[in-house]
Amino acid sequence: MHPAFSVIFLTTLIGVGQGLFLALYTGQLYSVIKVLPAQDASSFYGYGSLLALVFLAAGLVASFFHLGHPERAWRSAAKWKTSWLSREVIVLPAFMVTTFIYAMIHISGWNPVLFALSDDFIVDLSLLVGALNTALAFALFICTAMIYACIKFLQEWATPLTVVNYTLLGMASGFALSTAFAAYVESDIIHFYGGWAIILTVFAFITRSAALIRNTKIKYKSNLSTAIGIRHTKITQKAQGSMGGSFNTREYFHGAKPLFFKSIKWVFLVLVFAVPVVLLSGALASNMFVLFALAFIVQYVGLIAERWFFFAQANHPQNLYYQTI
Amino acid sequence: MTQLALVIDLNVCVGCHACVTSCKEWNTSGTAGFMSDYNPYEKDPTGTFFNRVQTFEVGEYPNTQTVHFPKSCLHCEEPPCVPVCPTGASYKREEDGIVLVDYDKCIGCKYCSWACPYGARELDESQKVMKKCTLCVDRIYDEALPEEERKPACVLACPTSARLFGDVNDPDSNVSEQIRDNGGYQLMPEWGTKPANHYLPRRKTNITIHHDELKRVDNPLNKERKLPMPDENDQTLDDISSW
Repeated sequence: MHPAFSVIFLTTLIGVGQGLFLALYTGQLYSVIKVLPAQDASSFYGYGSLLALVFLAAGLVASFFHLGHPERAWRSAAKWKTSWLSREVIVLPAFMVTTFIYAMIHISGWNPVLFALSDDFIVDLSLLVGALNTALAFALFICTAMIYACIKFLQEWATPLTVVNYTLLGMASGFALSTAFAAYVESDIIHFYGGWAIILTVFAFITRSAALIRNTKIKYKSNLSTAIGIRHTKITQKAQGSMGGSFNTREYFHGAKPLFFKSIKWVFLVLVFAVPVVLLSGALASNMFVLFALAFIVQYVGLIAERWFFFAQANHPQNLYYQTI
Repeated sequence: MTQLALVIDLNVCVGCHACVTSCKEWNTSGTAGFMSDYNPYEKDPTGTFFNRVQTFEVGEYPNTQTVHFPKSCLHCEEPPCVPVCPTGASYKREEDGIVLVDYDKCIGCKYCSWACPYGARELDESQKVMKKCTLCVDRIYDEALPEEERKPACVLACPTSARLFGDVNDPDSNVSEQIRDNGGYQLMPEWGTKPANHYLPRRKTNITIHHDELKRVDNPLNKERKLPMPDENDQTLDDISSW
């Protein structure tokens, strides 16, 4: 497939936003059950969530560049019963609104206690809204990934690993950002976030590598014989039905040189996984904000390459009708 | 339930592209708007087409067959492009099974084109909406046209009658008979899309001639040349008038 940068930015940016919110809410939840020290509600959970909202909004803006008719985008909420894209279009704004409410509860300080599960576990409004938003965050990961995983003949995508990878990569980058954010506000839970950023990055490395290995062993169900219905081992194409190319020759081929295509895989493996783990480890040892920030930035740049490769690697069966590009 | 479709006979298609130009002419002049072209008279012409003819060479010289392969939307009975559409712009008509795009609802997200294994959909670069074969829906029901012309433009244009149009769910229709009698098949059956359009394969007409059909057993010369009289028990074609 031809990687569209609008979709690359959409999926990576909202992944960071979701991951950052999940990190912040995990911090709040752990502070309630006294595992972690509580943070300042307004400056940490509040402004941290607004930072997540910035990433989500940037992703949403990027998505509009993908549309031929962005002014009709509202229509895309119609077919949520059948379309994962429609579901994403509903869940993303819902997640953004709830993230905003969560941020505002913390910033305004209006956070009434709702009920107590025990003497130590007191549920206030922010905790309840955050729980709802956590469900939305995971729902959004599923919706985004299922857009690709549900197309069964795009065999590189049609695997549960796609959902796992979108979730883990989003969470890894979000936790990396939360670590940098915690370092910026000089929080005392940097190590918690940094540790989990490394763990999530390692898990993501395992599952993304599993997907890469799986994709090298795909047996394609379609071939030129099934595509045109002629059983013969030697079929050569003489004409493609157009002289200067068509939508079919542009949309479904990445168009990159083979060497570039192959090198991107190694680029993203280094930038998404190896470098951030080294930088985060160094940063946790030295507590330098610059290193935390650099770890996130390098990982995000790597994720752009990762997503480019994700799209470029998918081999659409319609390409069988276009043997020479 | 009616399922209108095309049956394309690869045995008689000569690859003349008359269906392509006729399709483009009819549909670019239609109410749904033109089908844009870019650089039509320059180096790299490109544009929107509903129907394209490709050519394949099967086998190795000297045992080759040239197969011209017209390709347009197959109007699948289980169209994978329809459920993925977030707006409902891509839909399949209940009454005749035609898969259509509502150009006023389409947001141009291209997701349906990703979900079509055949690459039958093309985004119009000018109108920024997804376009595809409509089976000339604005023509086949037009009562202003004489009845024999209420067929898709490509079908009418084909000089060799390689394109047939009809209801593939009606067992008595011409298209159903052709599919049954001449080995009609679907493209990429492995994805369960159940394409309504069928293709008829290349076929050779062979007759089998046995040896005794080449040698005339009751040849009158046998008698005229006064050849030895055949044995009484030998078989002849006119067994009834034995010697």
